[in-house]
Amino acid sequence: MAEQSGMIEIRWHGRGGQGAVTSAELVAQAAIAENRFAQAFPSFGPERRGAPVQAFVRVSDLSPVKVRAEITQPDVVVVLDPGLLPIVNVASGLKKGGIMVINTKKTAAQLRQEFGYTERLATVDANRIAREVLGVLITNTTMVGALVKATGVVKMESLVEPLGRRFGKLADRNFNAAKRAYDETVVEES
Amino acid sequence: MVKKKENELTWKDLEIGCIVTEPGSAMAYRTGDWRSQRPTYDFNKCIKCGLCAIYCPEGCIKPNAEGHFEADLYYCKGCGICARECPTRVITMVEEEE
Amino acid sequence: MAHKAGMEVSMAVSEVVALTDTDVVAAYPITPQTHIVEHLAELVANGELDAEFIPVESEHSAMSACLGSAAAGARTFTATAGQGLELMHEVLYVASSMRLPIVMTVANRALSAPLSVWGDHSDVMAVRDTGWIQIFTENGQEVIDNVICAFRIAEDRRVLLPVMVHLDGFNLSHMIEPLLFPEHGEVKDFLPPNNYPLPLDPRRPVAMGDFGPPVIYTEAKWAQEVNLQKSYDVILEVWQKFADKFGRKYNPVETYHGDARTLLYITGSFSETAMTAVDSMRKAGQDIGLVRLRLWRPFPFKEFRKAVKDAELLITVDRAISFGGPPPIASEIKAAIYNEPKKPKVVSFVGGLGGRDIHVDGFETIVQRGIEIARKGSQNEYEIFGVRE
Repeated sequence: MAEQSGMIEIRWHGRGGQGAVTSAELVAQAAIAENRFAQAFPSFGPERRGAPVQAFVRVSDLSPVKVRAEITQPDVVVVLDPGLLPIVNVASGLKKGGIMVINTKKTAAQLRQEFGYTERLATVDANRIAREVLGVLITNTTMVGALVKATGVVKMESLVEPLGRRFGKLADRNFNAAKRAYDETVVEES
Repeated sequence: MVKKKENELTWKDLEIGCIVTEPGSAMAYRTGDWRSQRPTYDFNKCIKCGLCAIYCPEGCIKPNAEGHFEADLYYCKGCGICARECPTRVITMVEEEE
Repeated sequence: MAHKAGMEVSMAVSEVVALTDTDVVAAYPITPQTHIVEHLAELVANGELDAEFIPVESEHSAMSACLGSAAAGARTFTATAGQGLELMHEVLYVASSMRLPIVMTVANRALSAPLSVWGDHSDVMAVRDTGWIQIFTENGQEVIDNVICAFRIAEDRRVLLPVMVHLDGFNLSHMIEPLLFPEHGEVKDFLPPNNYPLPLDPRRPVAMGDFGPPVIYTEAKWAQEVNLQKSYDVILEVWQKFADKFGRKYNPVETYHGDARTLLYITGSFSETAMTAVDSMRKAGQDIGLVRLRLWRPFPFKEFRKAVKDAELLITVDRAISFGGPPPIASEIKAAIYNEPKKPKVVSFVGGLGGRDIHVDGFETIVQRGIEIARKGSQNEYEIFGVRE
């Protein structure tokens, strides 16, 4: 559904408590800081820690975002937790020519064989990066770096201020995690 | 301003939200009009214990100049509780008509 | 100078309430309003807002506490949603009848059963007749701007009525989007201190909420009704002053390509999606526009009649069912234009219940079906959109 031209729609898959909404918010805030139009929101409903959840981001260059419905046909899908791949159809509705950014130890080829994904993939072992840089297994900010590498939806430096506001003292470490992911993400050629 | 009677007030006369600005205005309400029997007293028997005042649901019984307890007939509704509770039978209820 | 920030609309509501120097917040958390109350509690706890935060045990108590607070002359805010609004119900009448300037945001939510925390307008429609001024919003900016305006409208001596600002649950309450925030000083300039004329004050005792026997009740209710009707002019005046100061203008009836022959009616945040549908249908050569009420109470009769009088067809979408009756907004719209010599035909739909999205193509489907019904007629009073048969 091309609802508004010049707009990129990103759907995040995570688990309740993993910070998918925070990632979505950071990307929207970075885009707003770049003087573009953006919107972020969670999948609507009760909050349930550990349950598969979604979060959504729309970034628009030309005009304010006018659509408020959940994103069913994303340009980009980000997966925070590899454990979701067998239980959630994360590729659902992904536009032709779209890309999926996945936290995984596996290669794109392995994923393709296992799950039959048809669009481009970007992969990164965000669990390892998060463990090494943050000391905890929370991959949301790490995966923002992977998303930026794969799509260039915002500039890395635009994340600095929103991260600072959100994480205070821990902002630097989260930025470093995002930067590591930016460097290590393997993006398939189109 | 001459105060209008209740049934002459128009909607424009009302305070915002019907606020009553005269404090204690319920004092003017003559609940004595509700009475069909009134208390009468034989103060020779009165021991000034004040039980009638304690039991009075209207709170209208007070000691008079001699210290005997007596109801204010402006408010007394004639319920007769004082007559029933008086330990020395000072109070007798009589028909208003009598 | 205003500053722009990307923020969740609920948090933004709390931030703006803090800018108004609200004195008292009495609220009970309920999805999808929770973040408003949480963040206000946080602002008070952190000393960023010098207010009493009353953590009540129910919405009935929340509104009751607000009555006392507003009666004492304090600037008073609360927020609720869905079942919470219904639990407040009887106290809502007391707030308006006692003319207490309380401001409340309602994160609109469906009503049980089955239990739904998601958005629609069932809760709004159930409190239609409570005597509150009611404003609908379609995006985050409209929400926070109208919260500021709501205080000024409510506390105006010519009004003194409570105001509800409706924002769609989740679609607005949980949306992170770019918002322009005025500075504290600008809000202070725009919003004079609350100066309730007859506050509860031991030095000048008054009695509120007194007995109203038949000899006075009709007069009391008519005074209230005339007052609510007259608030209309003050609402326009406040919106104009807001526009003069902040550059964003709000109107009781908003239109988008309002001169079109076919008009789509929708309320709240779905109207932005509907506008996108209007754009796409116009591109395909259809003469279609959009109309929506911003002001729900007092109902803007004149403006609404004017907005639709040249249209041939008006297709309404209500996000609530009035069981056994016509869709609530459609019924009011029809009543408002019934006696007009020139008026559109009205075809009514219900959709978007309990968090069910209506996408762009959904609105296109509604419009095509509406045009078909207008041409061929229908056995039904209204149709429900998107129900699985």
